[in-house]
Amino acid sequence: MGYEAIIGLEVHVQLKTKSKIFCSCSTEFGALPNSQVCPVCLGLPGVLPVLNKTALEYAIKAALALDCRIAKESIFARKNYFYPDLPKSYQISQYEEPLSSKGFVDIITDGKLKKIRITRVHLEEDAGKLLHEEVKDSTLIDFNRCGVPLIEIVTEPDIKSPREAREFLAILKSILQYIGVSDCNMEEGSLRCDANISVRPSKEETGKRGNGETGKELGVKVEIKNMNSFKAVEKALEYEMRRQIKALEEGKRIVQETRLWDENKEITISMRTKEEAHDYRYFPEPDLVLMEIDREWTERIRKSLPELPEARKARFSRDYKIPDYDAGILTSSKELADYYEECIEAARRSPVADRRSPVAGRKFNKEIANWIMSELLRELKEGNIGIEECKARPQALAEMMTLIDKGILSRKMAKEVFVEMFETGEKASWIIKKRSLVQISDEEALTKIVDKILKENPRVVEDYKKGKEKALGYLVGQVMKETKGRANPQIVNKLLKEEL
Amino acid sequence: MSKITKKDVEYVAKLARLKLSEKEKEKFTKQLDQILKYVDKLNELDTKKVKPTSHVLPLKNVFREDKIKKSLEVEKTLENAPEKARGFFKVPKVIE
Repeated sequence: MGYEAIIGLEVHVQLKTKSKIFCSCSTEFGALPNSQVCPVCLGLPGVLPVLNKTALEYAIKAALALDCRIAKESIFARKNYFYPDLPKSYQISQYEEPLSSKGFVDIITDGKLKKIRITRVHLEEDAGKLLHEEVKDSTLIDFNRCGVPLIEIVTEPDIKSPREAREFLAILKSILQYIGVSDCNMEEGSLRCDANISVRPSKEETGKRGNGETGKELGVKVEIKNMNSFKAVEKALEYEMRRQIKALEEGKRIVQETRLWDENKEITISMRTKEEAHDYRYFPEPDLVLMEIDREWTERIRKSLPELPEARKARFSRDYKIPDYDAGILTSSKELADYYEECIEAARRSPVADRRSPVAGRKFNKEIANWIMSELLRELKEGNIGIEECKARPQALAEMMTLIDKGILSRKMAKEVFVEMFETGEKASWIIKKRSLVQISDEEALTKIVDKILKENPRVVEDYKKGKEKALGYLVGQVMKETKGRANPQIVNKLLKEEL
Repeated sequence: MSKITKKDVEYVAKLARLKLSEKEKEKFTKQLDQILKYVDKLNELDTKKVKPTSHVLPLKNVFREDKIKKSLEVEKTLENAPEKARGFFKVPKVIE
């Protein structure tokens, strides 16, 4: 029998403010344990939290980028629970009157656009970090993270497969990075994701049995935690889908519970049953006052939003006439998209750009896209560095691309030049001069080499004359070898054919 | 009719991590019941047109600028901790 999954995500994202949400401690990651705490974030008696204005503005910015409606009035609430990651025994969060609600994100699934509705985006404080393995029978606590501003993003159960969940997260991450409110680094925990998943017989199945209505009922949902990468989210959900389907087929009942993803074993493990549901006893936080967000303020923030990834992708394929796939990759991060545009801009303004050449045209735009997507991204990946740290600046790459365009540099040589450019940041023309890599297009010089190769390979020449086309390729190869790859292959081809 | 039962008291005590004796449970059930009955008087008022109060003071939009100030010294932070180790607070092992 066919089944479908119903998935809702709850994503926590740390906002990139300099100081914490309710006090002036630094939010810097990786500091010595308990070195960034004060009486406020330690929850000592008699302190008063005061909201960080930038945290609120970042949260509004994120909510607007996710097409949410911003509440005119919003309040904080205390979420009460005992766990040593919270020194106050409550977390300042939002419950009634959250900051924003009713947004959506468009994802592309099976080549089709699909809306994932956002239930709400609200502000809250992060909790401390617990270490369970360092000292036997003890838990160690670092409160540095306690009070770092978070937004919680909750989706409607609109996600129908583990793949879609991953797709959604990738788009969410790129939007939040574009607007500059978070680093969204899952390894450092600045983006964390929990999922709710249930399964039910798929629509077609219930249709077959003539009881289409029952297909609308949701199964018992299970919450999954501890997924530390987008891949882990996808894998954990895939595993959980299989586990639940198997249980249903064996006639077992699914228990509503929280399960932890075990990255090494690639399974989910039961953590606690929800039957003894958490009762957080929310109530309005008396230490913080009402937030009133007027239209003018919201509009001012809306106007500060940059072009978002979806819109930029559409513009890239429209204006630069590159395929949707390329536009998608190039706009996956703001920095990469900026790099591409700077590269195109530089090539257009370049003095070597010939008006009649394809520079600045559709073909050239695609060439640059290709180079960035293959050579540049590979080097970045191998060096494990981000594009913003890349020494090969867009202007240098643009110059190299125009040199290829003019036939001064072959693609093969360009690859070598690029590796050096990537390491040193030097211009292509300088690297070429330094390494005397200029392509040999001079027919006279090449004729001499071609003659030499033909003399050295009489057998191959015979083969070619007998109609063995491949022999020509071998001879071209020999000429390239002799010139250390500097010969212009078109001219070598032409010369060889003439000589033969 | 009593509003609070012994079960409620046991539940609230559990959430608050309080260990109560049988005698205390009886006592608190009675006391909490009396308190709720007293407060119940407020329900006699018609509050349909009154906005729920979130704060007792007529204040709004009190913010601080996003500026870092010096945190406490680690020694100071850990000064009152019943147990500590390597700059961390130390508590009995909890794995939820």
